Amino acid sequence: MERIDNLFHSYANRSLGMIDPEGIETLCSDMEVDHTDVRILMLAWKMKAEKQGYFTLEEWRRGMKALRADTVSKLRKALPELEKEVKRPSKFEDFYSYSFCYCLTEEKQKSIDIESICQLLDLVLGSHFRAQVDYFIEYLKIQSDYKVINMDQWMGFFRFCNEISFPDFSNYNPDLAWPLILDNFVEWMQLKQT
Amino acid sequence: MENKAIGLDKGWDYMQKGITKLKRILEGLPEPPFTSEEYMMLYTTIYNMCTQKPPHDHSQQLYDKYREAFEEYISSTVLPSLREKHDEFMLRELAKRWANHKVMVRWLSRFFHYLDRYFIARRSLPTLNEVGLTCFRDLVYQEVHAKVKDAVITLIDRALLKNVLDIFVEIGMGKMDRYEDDFEADMLQDTGAYYSRKASSWIEEDSCPDYMLKSEECLKKERDRVSHYLHSSSETKLSEKVQNELLVAYANRLLEKEHSGCRPLLRDDKVEDLSRMYRLYCKIPQGLDPVANIFKPHITAEGTALVQQAEDATSNQASSAPGVQEQVLIRRTIELHDKYMAYVTDCFQNHTLFHKALKEAFEVFCNKTVTGNSSAELLATFCDNILKKGGSEKLSDEVIEETLEKVVKLLAYISDKDLFAEFYRKKLPRRLLFDRSANDDHKRSILTKLKQQCGGQFTSKMEGMVTDLTLARENQANYEDYLRSNSAAHPGIDLTVTVLTTGFWPSYKSFDLNLPAEMVKCVEVFKGFYETKTKHRKLTWIYSLGTCHINGKFEQKIIELIVSTYQAAVLLLFNASDRLSYSEIMAHLNLTHDDLLRLLHSLSCAKYKILSKEPNTKTISHGDYFEFNSKFTDKLRRIKVPLPPVDERKKVVEDVDKDRRYAIDAALVRIMKSRKVLGHQQLVSECVEQLSRMFKPDIKAIKKRMEDLITRDYLERDKENQNMFRYLA
Repeated sequence: MERIDNLFHSYANRSLGMIDPEGIETLCSDMEVDHTDVRILMLAWKMKAEKQGYFTLEEWRRGMKALRADTVSKLRKALPELEKEVKRPSKFEDFYSYSFCYCLTEEKQKSIDIESICQLLDLVLGSHFRAQVDYFIEYLKIQSDYKVINMDQWMGFFRFCNEISFPDFSNYNPDLAWPLILDNFVEWMQLKQT
Repeated sequence: MENKAIGLDKGWDYMQKGITKLKRILEGLPEPPFTSEEYMMLYTTIYNMCTQKPPHDHSQQLYDKYREAFEEYISSTVLPSLREKHDEFMLRELAKRWANHKVMVRWLSRFFHYLDRYFIARRSLPTLNEVGLTCFRDLVYQEVHAKVKDAVITLIDRALLKNVLDIFVEIGMGKMDRYEDDFEADMLQDTGAYYSRKASSWIEEDSCPDYMLKSEECLKKERDRVSHYLHSSSETKLSEKVQNELLVAYANRLLEKEHSGCRPLLRDDKVEDLSRMYRLYCKIPQGLDPVANIFKPHITAEGTALVQQAEDATSNQASSAPGVQEQVLIRRTIELHDKYMAYVTDCFQNHTLFHKALKEAFEVFCNKTVTGNSSAELLATFCDNILKKGGSEKLSDEVIEETLEKVVKLLAYISDKDLFAEFYRKKLPRRLLFDRSANDDHKRSILTKLKQQCGGQFTSKMEGMVTDLTLARENQANYEDYLRSNSAAHPGIDLTVTVLTTGFWPSYKSFDLNLPAEMVKCVEVFKGFYETKTKHRKLTWIYSLGTCHINGKFEQKIIELIVSTYQAAVLLLFNASDRLSYSEIMAHLNLTHDDLLRLLHSLSCAKYKILSKEPNTKTISHGDYFEFNSKFTDKLRRIKVPLPPVDERKKVVEDVDKDRRYAIDAALVRIMKSRKVLGHQQLVSECVEQLSRMFKPDIKAIKKRMEDLITRDYLERDKENQNMFRYLA
């Protein structure tokens, strides 16, 4: 317990009482993980961290306890296990939706701009649904109907990847409640393929 | 009387004499009829034999002998006589024998009546009557009925026929099954075959109207047959059979006949033939469907052809004035509607199937765009023209009323009703403000009709506009009074002001036009007057809607010019300078390029060249110079110099789109508020239905609005089922 707290304080910003982005970066280099690596996001998820780029003491404690780590090396060793856990279907959806919320930095913010979404998609979903993610990112960049993506569309895309057969979209029905952006995406893909 | 019991044989001998006498009578042999004593004796004999104490109670034996009497007679006399005859003669014989048999049954059962009362009743045996008839049935009918049926079908003699057929009915003893099975079934089949043969030859040779005439006659003939000799229960079955063979089997070929079928009849106004067609087919279940299925595409084709005509005419004749062909189209569409509605009401007896077909057909082509204009816009323009002093044709009041009625009917078929409303709303003010002499009643009546069709919301603003004008006239009277009482304030120019309530009228852009000095004074004076009436209202001056009467002192004569305020402002500049450049005019007046181009064009390049332009080209460019054209003249003393209106179509479409977005939002929220939870497809379809009175919403637009509502936390998607939505209070 004490060791966890001490570890926390070694990275935390004195005046804030929290680990700030700088502290996280230090932590990452100590763990020999890039700070843009998806595993850091997974760590934040495990901690149930609320604010992007910051860890509070409580969140830290939560995460470290769950991972059974109290030193940096133990933490690093726990990462593969964490990855496996996240990839499990039961947990992955939760992680996916968490990653969206984590990126909402402003107080009343409900959507994320296209550029950031593309990066986030690639990070979070890329390894699972490479083809869908790549094509969707391409579409997002050229379309002009939407400048931001909201949570509903974000989750919609996840369901889309899971349920709809790719790349023929044979079981896609635009009369159902799929978000409009996905209807447009499918149309665009079908045009491309003819 | 004997007190001794009567023995069976002795008693029967006595009865036998009576039976023999009866037979002789039936055979037509000379024999006096039964006297009442003879009858009494016969009756009493039976009575005694039945009431004797056993073992002399002969009821059972008598019952059997009764039957045997019939059987014997039938076998020995009746059957042989029938067997030796054929066809009509056989039928005649049968009818006679049957009549005889009935008489025999009647008499014998009277003699033996006592059996009916106790013996038969006690043992629940068939009555004497039934026994008698059963004998005939089992012995005679069974044997001959097939032959009889064949003979009947070829028989002509109606009376005989009726008698024979009655046998079939009566032999059933209360049930129709003998008639139906032994006779009717075959008769129907035979009739069917007969008509089938006839139909196959008629369909080749005859035209549709002739074939229908013949069919009608056949049906009538068959009905007569029934009333004359067939049993009434055959009527429906017979009619059905005939209809089947003549009308249903050949329905398609008949209706599709190239030169005389349904389509040509519709085209050529053959009202009588069409009415007959309706009469014939309306009795057949779903018989009218094929007719309606020809009716609808026919109308659609005609309507679409009209649209195409208009398109072609406008693209070919560049010389015809814009909008003329479209107006012609509307007029022709109205005529088309009248023509086919007449068919529906007269020939097709207002049947819902045809009303529906008409409606659907019109909906198809009424929603096509013509030369880039939606039909909603064309209709609005048409209305506008009619109301403008009776339009180009100077129509009478009644004709205007009627035409307006028809226009509103056509509106029912257009799905973008709100587009019509917007266009109409845009044209209405211009008409109201510039055409004061047009009839107020018409304006009000069309508003009432529109209100009935589309609801109060549609027309409330328009009604507001009409009311504003009435108030404005009052106001003007007050203003003139004010001027009279403050003669010093008079600006020297007559000014009429119409004050509009902002909410009712379309939004107009008001430019900061630099008014000529004379007009500025007018404005000030009116402002002064208005402030005496109310201090809480702000006046915004819309010069673009104003009209000005200016006297142009040309060399030949003075001509009064009726121009818009903007045009007047331009012209008045030339009081101070002889020659002005485009940029100078622009600087003086502070107008946009677009407006100025239009203005100058109307004054220098159009019909009346009030200003002369240098260079003398047909279009205005920024380097042009303008001079007062003193040489201008016209045979009239007062001319109107029109200013072509701005193309407001784009703006109207934009406004309508915006309103539609709000309407969809409101409908979605309303539905979700009452249902709380609803599936996606249901929500969409309910939304479409609610809005259908005004327009047909695009599914994608609805989806987009739903997403917007989700973002604004009105709705949320259900966690389990992504196709369900929940209302968030």
